[in-house]
Amino acid sequence: MGLATYLALKEIWRNRGRFLSVALVIALITLLVLFIAALGEGLGTNNRQYVANLDAQLILFLDKSDYIISTSRLDQSALKAVRRIDGVADAGPISTSSTTILLGDGKVLKVSMLGVESGRPGLPPLVEGRPFRTQLAREVVIDRNVALRSNIKVGDKITIRSTQGIADEFFTLQVVGLTEGQAYFFAPTIFVPPSTWERVRPKSAAEANKTIPDINVVAIKLEDPSQAEVMGGILGNTISNVQVANIETAINNIPGYSAQQGTVQTQGVFTLLIGVLVIGGFFQIQILQKVPQIGVLKAIGSSNGMVGAAAVIQIMVVTAIGVGLGGLFTYIFSLFFPPTIPLVFNGTASALAIIALLLIGPLGGMASVIYAVRIEPLKALRLS
Amino acid sequence: MSVAALEVNRVMKTFMVDDSPINAVDDVSFKVSAGEFVALVGPSGSGKTTMLSILAALLQPSSGQVLIDGQDLSKMSEKERVRLRREKIGFTFQSNNLIPYLTARENVEFMLRLNGRSGRVERMRTDELLARLGLADRLHNLPAQMSGGQQQRVAIARALIHNPTLVLADEPTASLDTERAFQVVETFANLIHENQRAGIIVTHDLRMCRYVDRVLQMRDGCLVRVYEGKEEINELMGAGAH
Repeated sequence: MGLATYLALKEIWRNRGRFLSVALVIALITLLVLFIAALGEGLGTNNRQYVANLDAQLILFLDKSDYIISTSRLDQSALKAVRRIDGVADAGPISTSSTTILLGDGKVLKVSMLGVESGRPGLPPLVEGRPFRTQLAREVVIDRNVALRSNIKVGDKITIRSTQGIADEFFTLQVVGLTEGQAYFFAPTIFVPPSTWERVRPKSAAEANKTIPDINVVAIKLEDPSQAEVMGGILGNTISNVQVANIETAINNIPGYSAQQGTVQTQGVFTLLIGVLVIGGFFQIQILQKVPQIGVLKAIGSSNGMVGAAAVIQIMVVTAIGVGLGGLFTYIFSLFFPPTIPLVFNGTASALAIIALLLIGPLGGMASVIYAVRIEPLKALRLS
Repeated sequence: MSVAALEVNRVMKTFMVDDSPINAVDDVSFKVSAGEFVALVGPSGSGKTTMLSILAALLQPSSGQVLIDGQDLSKMSEKERVRLRREKIGFTFQSNNLIPYLTARENVEFMLRLNGRSGRVERMRTDELLARLGLADRLHNLPAQMSGGQQQRVAIARALIHNPTLVLADEPTASLDTERAFQVVETFANLIHENQRAGIIVTHDLRMCRYVDRVLQMRDGCLVRVYEGKEEINELMGAGAH
């Protein structure tokens, strides 16, 4: 192993320009894979973050709504029924909509607007400020992402533009709290009390005088979270015309979520495959150029094991350098990306991507290693 | 009477060409003692390269025996033959001799490393041998930075540094001009004699035979004549010149 390492490192060092260029190609592939992984994570996060962070174990949907939050419609009686069931610690309504915050100078910020009750599952923990005083208050809690994009602070007043029937109406809300990491359906989120939500949400002319808010789903917090499956069955059997899902099912049924994640993952896999081909091609060409040299090594008494180990070590070192450089480039680039681009460098996703990248070297170079081991010194030295 | 470092007994190598057996080496026997430098000559296709490949433990004979230091090559596994090549044989080739990314010193030292020997003493020996071959100022040069003759001399140093029993040279002067070729073979011969190694040089250039102790002439796979002594060798060289 020592001699194989010696040979591998000497060759890399003496041909550092050539090997560095391959390492740079690997670095670019790494950059691409890490960005795709971060983009996938960012898009996924933007889509699911609010649901994933809910302080609840189950979500109640309208029956046959296919667990899609936006298509589910429940009435207040369903919410009350849930709260009466033994084993339910708390339940909170969630009403979803989207709206536009006017930022001045003609600028707007499109946000997801969620109607939730203060102190119930649905309103996430606040990092600053306070919850709504009443369910009718013209108050709003904003996500930090809204604050970052708009410079709105707790204590400010914001103006919301909402289409009511065929006309635009404007509502002023007081920002009372700040929460963190609560993106939903690709947009930063604001939270308002249910009655306020019903008043300010965009609606048709037929709905214009409606005062009792619609509920899309009910977030259910259980006394014993480990009993989620059992409680799901009880809820489904007790309350008519509903279906119950755990958080994971709810996330996977967010429109487009699975397809989007599948697309991003496919891109990542194809990029890795390209990496395998690039690295494989390079090392294969290199081995072909080194046939006489490997013949000499074998003729003077180097074992197949040593020749193979030298090739593997070389591939691993070059791959590791490439991945290291790629990681560094990714970090540097990420510093210059604005918060509007949904890049999330999740530790697990990045680690998996890096492990996959480290494996593509040996995988791509495997054919060349096998070729090197099979070189016959007689033929290589043209003695046969 | 010196001990035979190499003993070749009735060696045959048969290849099948278009379903017909061809004897590339046909019943060849000879011995080479330690300190003896022997040339293997013959026209193209005479079997000398096949013979050299068998002696280098790169090719198994179809029948017969090859003993290096008393060890029978035909009874060895591939792993044992690799070890024998590493420990008992030194080899220089016609071209592509050196590892291109190792310096002259590293190329020679590599043979020692291969045998698990490296350290200050070994480095001194390497430097001394390279200096002896006129390469003291080329220790840190890569093969591409040296002439063909210098590269051959590094290869000779590599073939001798680990004190092998048998040193084989396959047309070492093929890519050199006459003056360099004589220098290289003379140095080779001197080192073989001084270090008491058994040396075999395969060459088509009969002028190089002036430095050897014996010439084995092959034709059609057979050993047709052995030239011993200065007179016979000069006779052969004279015949070759005409």
